[in-house]
Amino acid sequence: MGGWAIAVHGGAGVDPNLPLERQEEAKQLLTRVLNLGISALRSNLSAIDVVELVVRELETDPLFNSGRGSALTEKGTVEMEASIMDGPKRRCGAVSGLTTVKNPVSLARLVMEKSPHSYLAFDGAENFARQQGVEVVDNEYFITPDNVGMLKLAKEANTILFDYRIPTSGYETCGQGVESPMKMNGLPMSIYAPETVGCVVVDREGRCAAATSTGGLMNKMIGRIGDSPLIGAGTYACNLCGVSCTGEGEAIIRGTLAREVSAVMEYKGLGLQEAVDFVIKHRLDEGYAGLIAVSNKGEVAYGFNCNGMFRGCASEDGFMEVGIWE
Amino acid sequence: MAGWAIAVHGGAGVDPNLPPQRQEEAKQLLTHCLNLGISALRSGASAVDVVELVVRQLETDPIFNSGRGSALTAKGTVEMEASIMDGTKRRCGAVSGVSTVKNPVSLARLVMEKSPHSYLAFAGAEEFARQQGVEVVDNEYFITPDNVGMLKLAKEANTIMFDYRIPTEKCAGLESPVKMNGLPISVYAPETVGCVVVDSEGRCAAATSTGGLMNKMSGRIGDSPLIGAGTYACEVCGVSCTGEGEAIIRGTLAREVAAVMEYKDLGLQEAVDFVIKHRLDEGFAGLIAVSNKGEVAYGFNCNGMFRGCATENGFMEVGIWE
Repeated sequence: MGGWAIAVHGGAGVDPNLPLERQEEAKQLLTRVLNLGISALRSNLSAIDVVELVVRELETDPLFNSGRGSALTEKGTVEMEASIMDGPKRRCGAVSGLTTVKNPVSLARLVMEKSPHSYLAFDGAENFARQQGVEVVDNEYFITPDNVGMLKLAKEANTILFDYRIPTSGYETCGQGVESPMKMNGLPMSIYAPETVGCVVVDREGRCAAATSTGGLMNKMIGRIGDSPLIGAGTYACNLCGVSCTGEGEAIIRGTLAREVSAVMEYKGLGLQEAVDFVIKHRLDEGYAGLIAVSNKGEVAYGFNCNGMFRGCASEDGFMEVGIWE
Repeated sequence: MAGWAIAVHGGAGVDPNLPPQRQEEAKQLLTHCLNLGISALRSGASAVDVVELVVRQLETDPIFNSGRGSALTAKGTVEMEASIMDGTKRRCGAVSGVSTVKNPVSLARLVMEKSPHSYLAFAGAEEFARQQGVEVVDNEYFITPDNVGMLKLAKEANTIMFDYRIPTEKCAGLESPVKMNGLPISVYAPETVGCVVVDSEGRCAAATSTGGLMNKMSGRIGDSPLIGAGTYACEVCGVSCTGEGEAIIRGTLAREVAAVMEYKDLGLQEAVDFVIKHRLDEGFAGLIAVSNKGEVAYGFNCNGMFRGCATENGFMEVGIWE
């Protein structure tokens, strides 16, 4: 017990027919960023520094759905969001509606440390980015041909994206294929491609941190905010643990998923893996999601109730694992 | 121990020098909204309908900081946000950055029921409002002379608004009990509004609405639209919070009440007291809550909270101070 631990994820809910080549690319990226984090931890960087640098790398790589390679809005543009949380004093920062900021997670950190607020969005966030002199680029930079194709498929499937799985009366079209495990948020798995990214770390001093970053839901409405920038939902860190979630936005929001892991550790006395399992089992109802977590004791854990989650974990005792499926 | 219960709030953190006339006006509005809610409950309206109609009334009245009468951004404009949650299936809806929508809480409800998402903000929320045909007005409609004056004071005080109390180089005067978010209480005026209800069927709901922090940066999002922070409802209870934004966010305050009821088996009042005592650290905030057993409770660790509560067995109380 004790020592550092790190976990990264590239999204929960994976197309079972994902070509082997894509699976390999994904595992290579996860391995690479894990190693980046491990180097930094061995150089005694703090947890908060490590989660930021790892998520920056995931944002820069076009493979997953964050930064470059983000999912597209219904208008074909990119709107990114991210959040970061520092366990020791539960400081936090978040951003939404970014369109030109190269590394959303770093802007979230600047919101936490250099602004008088905790969460900035859209034009206000973009203005703050310029005041802070962060690197900005054209929106086109973030758009990849892969995702342009995905957006087309999503529109052709003529399926409205749902954030939720509970049918409502106002929504006659809701509910088709809700039982199918091969659909998430109302879209066939081949198109859904959530691939939100995240990283959780506990450093040698036992400090936990977490960060999550995403382009959000493919074909989402302009202005849609998901779980990733929401403290307690997509991201949470405190003295006990650090958590980052991915999957169906509303399921994570209504389940306050990230906070829940630490709440059951604190209030029910559960250990990290027990807490992760409990939350995945009991807080998701009909929703699909996954999460990664570390504890201040140097443990690492993950869980998901959907078809696969891109993840990697490592701890100071030499344990290392990268995977996609169960 | 069943039956309906309702609580409303108009913000935590009250200027101890608030003129008696303003205190009276506030209590009258709280009483008026409480009675509106009580009528609706007696007519069998559902919890989520009642919280929406009560918060609409609070938004329409210019007294508190929501809808008309909202606090102003650093640019002198209004950017409103709100969230609503239906305890039964924990459905939720939220909006931020709303600048022309007359009743943000109703837009939040439409997001929950008529959009494919849970949370819409800024241009996207405004576009959705127009698609839904909700009532829209010019931004000027929301701006009151009172708040124009407050903004001026806030700027003259040359104090940067803090969402948090953990010291940084620019932070000062933390020890003073009559400052919140780094501003003197006479200028701070949070006055976020909220309502929580449990109906005759034992269903809980909660809603919160605000213009946010006076002199805030454009684009700033606070705790009010964040599910689990400013607003939460589940089978067991409904909660709405107010006070210092980051304290409520980092403390996941609204969810916390339900969590300690579920995981520590505390009753409603115990849970409220526990959360106010243990989850706020150096932060100042307050909250109102109802349980599926027909109970109502509130708590705050700052100087006063505008609130009103009532239950089916005839209990009714409106207050500001301890």
